[in-house]
Amino acid sequence: MNRTMLGTVLIAALSTSIMLGVRFGSVPISTADVLAILAGGGDSVLRDIVLNLRLPRVLLGVIVGGGLALSGATFQALLRNPLAEPYILGISGGASLGAVSVIALGWVSQTSWALPLAAFAGALLAIGLVFRVATSTGRAMDVRVLLLSGVVIASFFAACIAFILSISPARTVQTAVLWSMGSLAGAGWGSVILAAAYTLPAAVALAALARPLNLMAIGEETAYYLGANVEGVKRTGLVIAALITAAGVSVAGIIGFVGLVVPHTIRLLIGSDNRVLLPLSFLGGATFLTLADLVARLGPTEIPIGVITAFVGVPIFLVLLRRSLTST
Amino acid sequence: MRIEARDLVVNYPGAPRPALDGVSMSASAGCLYAVLGPNGSGKSTLMRALLGVAPLSAGAALLDGRTSAAWDRRALAQAVGVVAQSESIAFPLSVRQMVGMGRYPHLGPLESEGDADRAAVSSALEACDVSALAHRDVTMLSGGEFQRVRIARALAQEPQALVLDEPTSSLDIRHQMGILELLRRSADSGLTVVLVTHGLDLAARYADRMLLLAGGHVAAEGTPDEVMTEDTISSVYGWPVAITSDPESGAPRVTPRRPPPRAEP
Repeated sequence: MNRTMLGTVLIAALSTSIMLGVRFGSVPISTADVLAILAGGGDSVLRDIVLNLRLPRVLLGVIVGGGLALSGATFQALLRNPLAEPYILGISGGASLGAVSVIALGWVSQTSWALPLAAFAGALLAIGLVFRVATSTGRAMDVRVLLLSGVVIASFFAACIAFILSISPARTVQTAVLWSMGSLAGAGWGSVILAAAYTLPAAVALAALARPLNLMAIGEETAYYLGANVEGVKRTGLVIAALITAAGVSVAGIIGFVGLVVPHTIRLLIGSDNRVLLPLSFLGGATFLTLADLVARLGPTEIPIGVITAFVGVPIFLVLLRRSLTST
Repeated sequence: MRIEARDLVVNYPGAPRPALDGVSMSASAGCLYAVLGPNGSGKSTLMRALLGVAPLSAGAALLDGRTSAAWDRRALAQAVGVVAQSESIAFPLSVRQMVGMGRYPHLGPLESEGDADRAAVSSALEACDVSALAHRDVTMLSGGEFQRVRIARALAQEPQALVLDEPTSSLDIRHQMGILELLRRSADSGLTVVLVTHGLDLAARYADRMLLLAGGHVAAEGTPDEVMTEDTISSVYGWPVAITSDPESGAPRVTPRRPPPRAEP
């Protein structure tokens, strides 16, 4: 498949899934009604559903899904590791610790901003710690140390969370577990604007790093000899990608597999040139999460979105893994 | 381009002795300059010091008279093509893409390849005899093909100098000769070629000058005939050798001697 074709297919798929996401839910709405509402008319009840409930939720899915896939693709290129994913630097652990603390303290019911803010702060704490450890060894940042410190710090946060949950009532545990599986249910225009304001400029900045990111595939030393500012690219790229993940996790919880499966699928289809891989990963992740969210809320009770992405993502990943192993 | 080292001293933190201690050399345009020496003698460190990567404790590494640390990264990559000792590929990549990366220092951050870039890539592919592999995945190549592709990438930079760290190690005769012929042609066309190698005999046939390092010091420097004497080679490598003459070129050739049979008591 060539790049233009895949790009066209993904744009069409994303537009279709946005429309489906807006149309379906507890009350199905026809395409004509949706278009009428978007044009400024339509029935006032349906108008409220579309503009204040479904549209922000769908758009949040687009931004968070696209952001996670983009961040995953960037981590994979920078860490030269195909198994890297957006939460690899302990971001999920940090965000969970923030969220669980706020839930355990019972602040969630009082202010709607407490949970996302605490999750974001936890994610930033994790990023800060991991980078601190990785750069403390010397002047240059060693990505192996970065990966290791991510794992270690994530384990530490996991222990903190286990401790908090072990002394909390069952109600708190349930809320925390549901949060950790991810959901777009809390979407409102506020969270859409918050996520978009960070993710979209960050996406443009990462796209501008695509050429030096390509060089990382042949190793840091050779990239350096080819004139790339390797340390600068690593630091900028990792920080931007980590912050995209942090922004996503603060508004939607931890949604696994999007950042791992989507970039791999795109890479298998059109190769690893980041100039194409990054934008197409964004489109692919946006489509995948929008559809996953639609499936999550179609049933009688809403299923956590992380369950859907894993149910779909794991088989896809295994098939791809098998295919890439048999082709070598 | 003139590549020069003046009394270089490199100390790695924690090492018992300097990796390089007072090394001087000079290679000018059109010269194929071989750097030789036993394992751990400082060959790769010299290469890194010349390129401004290893920290200098004393002395100077000069590229066209300017210290290599003072060169802008991108300008340096336009002027010097480097083939480092090893390279591991993280993601599948076509040969064409890999050689195209040699154009990186010539392009702006958002610029894509123009006619001049495509011409440079295709003549580099041609020169290294890898045009037919252009669409192959580099992770599927044989050792010899992979090395030729890496040299093609360095040539696609359209540099004035090439610096290579053991590009022929672990290759068979045909691929070794192919690469040395290519480097000789590159030098003859006006490039400065600095070649770090273990192959004394082939270096003697192809190089204009050689530098023999031992424990971070210069053991000998000069033409192959000047450097490759029985005394020098025997003492540097710690093994008795005989020097004969290569039947084809007349260049010196090393034969390590077997120890004499032990006399019966």
